[in-house]
Amino acid sequence: MAEPTTILAVDEGPLPRVPVGEWVDTAIDWLKDNFDPFFDAVKTGTETSVEGVTDGLLALPPLLFAAILAALALVVRSAVFAVGSLLGLLLIQSMELWEPAMQTLALVLVATLVAIVIAIPVGIAAAKSSRVSAVVRPVLDLMQTMPAFVYLIPAVTFFSIGLVPGVITTIIFALPPGVRLTELGIRQVDRETVEAGHAFGSSPWQILRGIELPLARPTIMAGVNQVIMLALSMAVIAGLIGAPGLGQVVVTSISRLNIGLGFEAGLSVVILAIFLDRLTSSFGERRREGGLRSRLVRRRTAPAAGTPVVAAEDTVPASRPTAGAGI
Amino acid sequence: MTALRVDGLFKVFGRHPDQAVDRLRAGASADDIRASGATPAVIDVSLAVEPGEIFVVMGLSGSGKSTLIRTLNGLLEPTAGTVHVGDDEITALSGKRLREVRQRRISMVFQHFALLPHRSVVENAAYALEVRGVDRRTRLAAANEALALVGLEGQADKRPDQLSGGMQQRVGLARALASEADVLLMDEAFSALDPLIRREMQDQLLELQARLGKTIVFITHDLNEAMRLGDRIAIMRDGRLVRLGTPESILANPGDEYVERFLADVDRSRVFSAGDVMVPTSTVSVDVTPETALAALRERGASALTVVDGEGHLVGVVTGADLLSSSGDVAAAVRPPAARVTPSTSLADLLAPAGASEAPVVVVDESGRPCGLVDSRAVLAALAGSASDGRPPAGSVGDRADQLEGSRG
Ligand SMILES: Nc1ncnc2c1ncn2[C@@H]1O[C@H](COP(=O)(O)OP(=O)(O)O)[C@@H](O)[C@H]1O
Ligand SMILES: [Mg+2]
Repeated sequence: MAEPTTILAVDEGPLPRVPVGEWVDTAIDWLKDNFDPFFDAVKTGTETSVEGVTDGLLALPPLLFAAILAALALVVRSAVFAVGSLLGLLLIQSMELWEPAMQTLALVLVATLVAIVIAIPVGIAAAKSSRVSAVVRPVLDLMQTMPAFVYLIPAVTFFSIGLVPGVITTIIFALPPGVRLTELGIRQVDRETVEAGHAFGSSPWQILRGIELPLARPTIMAGVNQVIMLALSMAVIAGLIGAPGLGQVVVTSISRLNIGLGFEAGLSVVILAIFLDRLTSSFGERRREGGLRSRLVRRRTAPAAGTPVVAAEDTVPASRPTAGAGI
Repeated sequence: MTALRVDGLFKVFGRHPDQAVDRLRAGASADDIRASGATPAVIDVSLAVEPGEIFVVMGLSGSGKSTLIRTLNGLLEPTAGTVHVGDDEITALSGKRLREVRQRRISMVFQHFALLPHRSVVENAAYALEVRGVDRRTRLAAANEALALVGLEGQADKRPDQLSGGMQQRVGLARALASEADVLLMDEAFSALDPLIRREMQDQLLELQARLGKTIVFITHDLNEAMRLGDRIAIMRDGRLVRLGTPESILANPGDEYVERFLADVDRSRVFSAGDVMVPTSTVSVDVTPETALAALRERGASALTVVDGEGHLVGVVTGADLLSSSGDVAAAVRPPAARVTPSTSLADLLAPAGASEAPVVVVDESGRPCGLVDSRAVLAALAGSASDGRPPAGSVGDRADQLEGSRG
């Protein structure tokens, strides 16, 4: 398509213009022409699932749902966290942002689920094979460093504007830490322990299920936590292309220069982010810290442990990587 | 039938391992191979381990011990050579068949325990049986039995990290025992433990071994541990097996400078026993004349005799000087021995009595009959390892099998 002469004529510089942008355009046109049924199916599936989850989240009265989430916070972590979560969620409701908040939450949940389902097997494959790792790594680098807005353009090309391109870009943007931390977690598993598995005659599958995944769990969960944080930040950006939720509220407030509304929406995002971050990071910890669940588990399995049950504090363990969310 | 046999084993890491083996066979040195970018970890090792034996492999760090032991259960595939466990040729098996051998015939204990932190102690001990597909109730029962065997009753429901290092390694041992394999591989199994605990573990292993009669390949870089545990010891240097023999024969006759340097800091008083240093004694009855006794002394070329009563019970010892200065009969010249010990008493336990008395120590057999004498000079000479031929001064040592493999290099 490109005529070399015009390309060279762009500039007097010593290098010819390499038409990367045109190649990408061509590739995307080709994909659009040849995989239309596929994109339609993706579109329908995404819409159905996100809207289903949104309806589910909105089915309960906000106060009741906030109370349920607070109870969950109490079980997995602590009373302080539960009270904080309840107050935060009630604040969202009182700012009349409950519905967009639940739309954002649904988008994040679906995108996270898909991202994890892709990321963990890819991470395992990369941990097992240096060749896979060598291929996957630059792709992840590209996905992570490419400015988020750039994803929006092809997503809109394939799926037009609205919810679906929002979900797709969110998945792509949130995926990399899931893969990376799964690979890291499995590679970090103590070599001798894996060797012990082999020495007693375990099959590769038994070693993965019984040794590697359980020992890598804290690292994998840190990855899941980061996936969620990235998904949340991208879900807000996706408001630009019409994905419903808090992002759209932000976009509206920008276009109307409504600082108050923008701040309220931003605050709601922060509340959701903190809630999701603390909630998921406590899944990655060993069942030792102060949450109600761990106390129950410990009392059942090891009565002799003898540690007095003290009121747990809502502290973030030092080992947890900080969530890289653009909030 | 040997429990474990290794024939012409080579393991070379790095580039072109097969070529490296050919060159080693043709006489190249390990350094030549290293210069070409490959690491020869095990070079032409052959050995056979008998059933019920504790076979110790010893050597400095990097001498190839871990590599060798990992070829025994197929964790590493040798570059050349074969390994047999019983009739199974490990080196010819792969996949499912190899896993079956590991599940049933050969198990392993690891230096840093390698327990699963997310499982309870009893679930760890049951691991081998779980892998094999034994049902839960049976395998937990077997695991509890194995835990009792290593003295961990009552710890079954704890997590490994609630136990001390010594106890964690007992779990490791229980896991290996529960698998019911006859061959046990132990790679520096006690090296991560502090000295007191380590000794306890060694005692426990010896005791278990006496009861269960497993075949054990035990790796260590600690000579004292090797000497305590080993029925036979193989010494590795730079990938080669340079010496193979009983602890006493190696200590008595190191063979080369490398082994000698190794031996420099061994606690010899715990390796040698009264039986190793005693001089076989002549016994006279208490009612013979001093002349008869002196004649017996001269004939023997010894400095003292043991004296027994009419029923063969030990009365004491007499020296030549005692006999010459004695006026009447032998009974008047007899003095009590410094101590009465059995042949297996260690030199460490002989030091005090041998030093305290001028009379020699009498060594008696199981039926209480005197069979040898040990004087303080013999004890000192054995400790110094200074006898001119490199052996302890009096030798029952030479009677034992002493397979001198020698350095092939
Ligand atoms: N997987 C490996 N890859 C490359 N070299 C190795 C590997 N494992 C061991 N080696 C090398 O083989 C030699 C013997 O190592 P090892 O068997 O661990 O000795 P030891 O257990 O006696 O300390 C060392 O030089 C070591 O660096
Ligand atoms: Mg080693």
